[in-house]
Amino acid sequence: MTTSRLLSLEHWKGWLWAIIRFVLITGLSFVILFPIFQKVSTSVKDKGDLYSAVVVWIPQNFSVDNFKQAIRVMDYWATLFNTFALSATTTLLTTASCALAGYGFARLKFRGSNWLFAGVILTILVPPTTILIPVYLNLKSFDLMGLVTLLTGKPVNLLNTYWPFILTAITANSLKAGLYIFIFRQFFRGIPKEVEEAAYVDGAGIGRTFSRIMLPNAIPSMVTVMLFSFVWQWNDSFYTTTYLTSSKVMSTQLSSLPYNLAQQVTDGAASQADPFYLSMIQDTGILLAILPLIVIYLFVQRYFVESVERTGIVG
Amino acid sequence: MWGVIYVLPWLIGFVLFFFIPLLASLRYSMSTIQANAEGIAIQFMGVANYIQALTVNTSFNRALIEAITDVLINVPLIVIFSLFLAVVLNQKFRGRAVARSIFFLPVILASGVIMTLESTSLIEAVNQSSTGGSSLGTFELENLMVNAGVSDWIVTYLSSAVDRIYQIVSQSGVQILIFLAGIQTISPQLYEASKMEGATGYEAFWKITFPMVSPLIFVNAIYTIIDSFANNAMTELIRDTGFVKFDFGLSSAMAWVYFLAIAIILVIVSIIFSKRVFYQD
Repeated sequence: MTTSRLLSLEHWKGWLWAIIRFVLITGLSFVILFPIFQKVSTSVKDKGDLYSAVVVWIPQNFSVDNFKQAIRVMDYWATLFNTFALSATTTLLTTASCALAGYGFARLKFRGSNWLFAGVILTILVPPTTILIPVYLNLKSFDLMGLVTLLTGKPVNLLNTYWPFILTAITANSLKAGLYIFIFRQFFRGIPKEVEEAAYVDGAGIGRTFSRIMLPNAIPSMVTVMLFSFVWQWNDSFYTTTYLTSSKVMSTQLSSLPYNLAQQVTDGAASQADPFYLSMIQDTGILLAILPLIVIYLFVQRYFVESVERTGIVG
Repeated sequence: MWGVIYVLPWLIGFVLFFFIPLLASLRYSMSTIQANAEGIAIQFMGVANYIQALTVNTSFNRALIEAITDVLINVPLIVIFSLFLAVVLNQKFRGRAVARSIFFLPVILASGVIMTLESTSLIEAVNQSSTGGSSLGTFELENLMVNAGVSDWIVTYLSSAVDRIYQIVSQSGVQILIFLAGIQTISPQLYEASKMEGATGYEAFWKITFPMVSPLIFVNAIYTIIDSFANNAMTELIRDTGFVKFDFGLSSAMAWVYFLAIAIILVIVSIIFSKRVFYQD
């Protein structure tokens, strides 16, 4: 019995594949995790360890100096708070408005709704760069078809406020919102019609059916959309560096980090700065910027992976 | 009637923040724009900006061609790679949950700023060179394949893929998720039946998994194309022209040429796929 099992080709093939799979997955995981390990290792190194031939991964002298410098230059705590507030607000508003639109497109068909959905697809396809300038000029003197002028006498400048983000989030046109509407639409289409009909028979209106029956069922897709929306807003440099140049949020702080470091670490004498030392603090800064995301991800990843599988992106 | 109410917030945003700007952008691309005390003065110029972008501007054509070739090279790699990984991650093995959460980490980490900063990081550069640079021993592999009679450009393509493995892995998080979700909707009975008939895992993949996820290959190809066009040297150039040089007209013209290029690629890809994709219903 045992010998026949040992001789069986299938058995050996299974083992061989398991080994290949293990090597492959470990290797690729290493490729993904390597930059993070490297940053962690760099961030706790002392300045002197940079040139020490002995030190590769584990520093000789642990030091939190890099963190201190990076936190000071990035104004970390204020930046963290701002970024969190901005991302959380847009995430909640975007999820709400996209869920509404997604449900509307999936279940409440009306004349022309297919044409409007083609509009949603168009917002996914047109690169944001194409409409950047008109939107920018529009926000710079925001008028809402003359409505604002009517009330206050002149158009308002919404740049460097959070309003561009809030307004686009309420109206389901924020960063990658087209994709979220698409996800919600696919999900709602997947819920059996009978569920809704039962609610109608029991006397619930459309609003009640949506909030009491459909939304609780849509939690998997909501988790997906919320995580995507939060993370992409957190990392977004496209809109934030255009609309929010002077505000302290993570991505603007990160993109101006090399410059700020050269200015502040060496008291303005940029030519005297050791580029390796600056690079070390810069890596620490990146680590600080993504650390909150990694922590959040550690908490939600299990739920996230499961929920994406049930989201029905697939249709 | 109720549908209109549910869709209304989006519709308002669509008109205000997408449709009107889109038309305005088209208009700007055919005008010179001057900002003065009263606001902006727009003067119609026809296609002068387009000619300027395509024939006079030194970096536009190069950036455009680079962006397009980059996408054409990366998209097949990313789609095939993510399909393969999704199949692997769907199998049962110890540590699967950990592996999955690691592979989706790039969804969170791969963003514009971080990537740009990393490419300029000196520490990274030093560490790379000390471990033998990016050509991770692909040289021997290349020799082996060339000697085995594999055609030259395939060898270059594959070895460049190995060298850019981090880039590919970090751009395929969402695609792996989509494939994984798709594979899990395939009914297990299909696999059981094929096993009864004596099909190997290899055959089961090509006869069941592949046709069933083929619509998703299309979705992922489109997603990857859009994703890789969203942030590159070309968008940098468009932004610089607009917000550093304040040449709004030229910048809009560039953006429209860019958009048309993407649209053409998307149309070609959809034509190719529409003939091959298998739909269950």
